[in-house]
Amino acid sequence: MNNARPRIAVHKFASCDGCQLAFLNLGEDLLALAQAVEIVHFAEAGPVDPDAAVDIAFIEGSISTPEDAERVRRVRANSRYLVTVGACATSGGLQALRNFADAREWLAAIYAKPEYIQSLATSTPISSHVKVDLELWGCPVSGRQLLAATRSLLFAVPPWYEKDKVCLECKRHQNVCVMVAKGAPCLGPVTRAGCGALCPAFRRDCYACYGPAENPNAESLARRFEGLGLMPEAVARRFLFINGAAPAFAEAGLKRRGKPHD
Amino acid sequence: MTEKREIPIHVPVLARVEGEGTLELRVRDGTIEELRLRIFEPPRMFEKLLEGRDYAEVPDMVARICGICPVAYQMSAVHAIESLFGAQPGPWVRDMRRLFYCGEWIQSHSLHIHMLAAPDFLGSASIVEMARGHAAEVRRGLKLQALGNDIIRLLGARSVHPVGARVGGFHRAPARAQADALREKLAAALPEAEALVRWTAALDLPADEQDFTAVSLRHPREYPMNEGRLVSSRGLDIAVSEFESRFVEHQEAHSTALHSLLDGQPYLVGPLARLNLNFDRLPSPVRTLADSLDVKFPSRNMYHSIVARALEIVVAMREAIRILEAYEEPVSAYVGVSPRAGAGYGCTEAPRGILWQRYDIDATGKIAAARIVPPTSQNQARMEADLRSSLQSLGTQQGEAALRRRGERVIRNYDPCISCATHFLDLRVRELKHG
Repeated sequence: MNNARPRIAVHKFASCDGCQLAFLNLGEDLLALAQAVEIVHFAEAGPVDPDAAVDIAFIEGSISTPEDAERVRRVRANSRYLVTVGACATSGGLQALRNFADAREWLAAIYAKPEYIQSLATSTPISSHVKVDLELWGCPVSGRQLLAATRSLLFAVPPWYEKDKVCLECKRHQNVCVMVAKGAPCLGPVTRAGCGALCPAFRRDCYACYGPAENPNAESLARRFEGLGLMPEAVARRFLFINGAAPAFAEAGLKRRGKPHD
Repeated sequence: MTEKREIPIHVPVLARVEGEGTLELRVRDGTIEELRLRIFEPPRMFEKLLEGRDYAEVPDMVARICGICPVAYQMSAVHAIESLFGAQPGPWVRDMRRLFYCGEWIQSHSLHIHMLAAPDFLGSASIVEMARGHAAEVRRGLKLQALGNDIIRLLGARSVHPVGARVGGFHRAPARAQADALREKLAAALPEAEALVRWTAALDLPADEQDFTAVSLRHPREYPMNEGRLVSSRGLDIAVSEFESRFVEHQEAHSTALHSLLDGQPYLVGPLARLNLNFDRLPSPVRTLADSLDVKFPSRNMYHSIVARALEIVVAMREAIRILEAYEEPVSAYVGVSPRAGAGYGCTEAPRGILWQRYDIDATGKIAAARIVPPTSQNQARMEADLRSSLQSLGTQQGEAALRRRGERVIRNYDPCISCATHFLDLRVRELKHG
């Protein structure tokens, strides 16, 4: 019976540990999960077997060293499904902003082609290195996302994931729109739902910790922010944040960094 | 002449510690000649990332340094920035920040006690394994951890990277009814937190007296969290802004991590240091509870850290209940601030010890430079001194498995938060023998 339990692993790369906490904050559900599956590698929680073959490998963190690039390939080879959890693993995370800093200097000195910026990246998402079966966005992800993904993959059904934008969650919660009511530069219109529209509920503008929604019209929103009175550099900083290396956000943000005197 | 024989031993992964460490030993004729605990901070370069950002973005950015203590990073940051700007957020914000911090102490300490430390003393490899023989204790621990998260959520919407804190106060004030409901839950669970203290004090904790300098904040009346002067067990008593005159970070050869020293010497921060230096600041019911234990404070035994953590859970529960009992919805949850050029300093008591930050800000409110000194880098030299004496007295002939087990156990007393790292522990023992 025990031998038949699906095996899962939780691996950490460059990150803050916050997404692993979504497991450790499950409370008694964590004990139930440990009954339903065999947790073979999860160093922070105790079990250690990094090279074990598993059904699902959850990956927290971005790739920022050659050793980690090598390690994630081993994890991929040992895993039936590979799931990224959180902004770092899925888009490169907040630390990916440094790639743009390097890239800007490089850009100013030699080239003028923004597409080269990605090739300079030193904090990169897992999908830049290996095939990813499912991406869970969020900084941090929630326990609900982890459990839903685990269930779906183990039942071999296509995992459900949020495609809506935060705006829709706001409407469902009947939050007052902070952009309309306060003129706040809210990223909700381009951000993937899933957090529960926490920031607008707290009367502040969304900062896109759940990453870009499907078909985000970031450029249009950026122009709207300029209409609200934000300088181009301030608009750039809105997009170049937690998921700043996600292509839709990077494009809208970096475009405005190129206009220092506006 | 000496024959140098190097025997690198690779131990797969350091379990139940937040992050990666490499322990390197150089042993000659059975004596540890050199010991290095190398903590890799992968190049996330937060201090550089902060440069050029607006002051208002800092709380959301620094939270991402650590998923386990984001509140600590936010609190040190807002205090540093407000001290420069001359902002006075007032008593409501002050109380709510203390409440917010209580949540993080309860959450982080409960997690550490049950998921990281206690399995050592009960012969289990993990909390899941421990739950088989100690189901009630594990359930109690998970419940307390969840209560800590509930407090953070009240003010921050979520417990990891909460979104409620801002320079000047909070984005939103909780409704009175929410505050009342949480207070009732906390009051109902208080006896369980007190039982946890007695349970940790009854664990089979090794006797291991050590000589160390303790450092913490100290407040005129309260058990310290957000405010106070920096004091030590050797008479240090300085303002937070004077930190750099006595505490110096330097880079050790062959290590990428910075070590922080006080007047050139290792020192201890964290729950045991806090409790040793502030025992007289415990609320009197907690003091009575502490006095009833076989474990006595102040203590020089690092294994008593787990009891100190449990006592701090009770302190935080009582403080949270007291603050929530007096809760009133404010007219505004924050005060406006005006940027001012200069340097601001902040230091608060993260669950793992003092977290010091400095921001140099220009007149428009942009960050020109940032400096962050987390508790784990401050404890590193002390951890190394402890490891050296503990592993030496264990005996280096014990072999890698025994050395690693003891090493991990010693390291867990300090609850190092080595976020931003891969998990591989690479224990290298280099044995040098006379040939």
